[in-house]
Amino acid sequence: MEGLDPRAFVLGCSAIGAGLAMIAGVGPGIGQGFAAGKGAEAVGRQPEARGTITSTMLLGCAVAESTGIYGLVVAMILLFANPLVGKI
Amino acid sequence: MGLHLLEVKSLVGHLIGWETNPETGIDPSARIIEKLNIGGTEVWITETVVNTWVFMAVLIIIAAVIRVGLKKYNDKPSGFQNVVETAIEYMDSFVRSVMSDKYAYFGNWFFGVFILILVSNLSGLLGFRPPTADLCTTAAITLVTFFLIHFMGIKTGKGGYFKGYLEPVPILLPINIISEIATPISLSFRLFGNILGGMIITSMVYMALGALPGILKIFNIGVPSVLSIYFDVFAGCIQTVIFVMLSMTFIKDKIAD
Repeated sequence: MEGLDPRAFVLGCSAIGAGLAMIAGVGPGIGQGFAAGKGAEAVGRQPEARGTITSTMLLGCAVAESTGIYGLVVAMILLFANPLVGKI
Repeated sequence: MGLHLLEVKSLVGHLIGWETNPETGIDPSARIIEKLNIGGTEVWITETVVNTWVFMAVLIIIAAVIRVGLKKYNDKPSGFQNVVETAIEYMDSFVRSVMSDKYAYFGNWFFGVFILILVSNLSGLLGFRPPTADLCTTAAITLVTFFLIHFMGIKTGKGGYFKGYLEPVPILLPINIISEIATPISLSFRLFGNILGGMIITSMVYMALGALPGILKIFNIGVPSVLSIYFDVFAGCIQTVIFVMLSMTFIKDKIAD
């Protein structure tokens, strides 16, 4: 690894890691789409329960979203508060 | 709004003992306005703190105005009284629907939390840095929720609260404790991550829009408003409701009756 600045290497790998961390966004996307689809189905079947269904769906979506948010936080830590750079 | 450069240290990073990475240039943490030294401890007055003070002052003034006007309110609401009553009634029915009538008094606390978070989230529209885009703010509010969860659990459940940690089998005790600790972390990170993520995306798009050459500058007209409507207004309102609703649900789950 001659001529390779370790700092640049770590930073580059961190950027790739941040990108990989954001793959976590796939899960909540699928989950929320599924929840919204089921919510629409439920409203279609029982239009009078619309309010309850919507709030339940939003709650479920918010919980499903946390994994995506964890990925985002990991990505942001890698980009903005990188703990690895200090170890070189 | 947004990107503060180079010399700023990350407040989040500081909290967990990490140094900011100065090389990436973009720093999502709040700008430090003043460093005070109180009794040997360094206290940072950041943009978040100042913005929160501003919103607190505004909200307190509004509350005082309403309190003074309360004397004039009567059975036939008109004008501003309608607005106040609608807000209170909406929040009251919201709390009652989630926490049952017996615990409707939680509405007093959650109304304040709701208004503060809503104003914070929407403040990005006025060019403030949203205080909720700082982990410190969301963590502080979540700590109160965490305290309330376990206070209400012990108050209503007595011994059953502690027994709950040994269920279904005692060997799951560490897992149960971890899941209790994970609750406030996920709650605070959800709000923080949503608002900060929106802020960073908006700032990046603004940077890109600023660098557009020639005729492409036409994009500067519509794009920022769409972004603001989605990230500031829509996500801000939804996340406020979600935060309050989840807090209430967690407290309700621990109440033993």
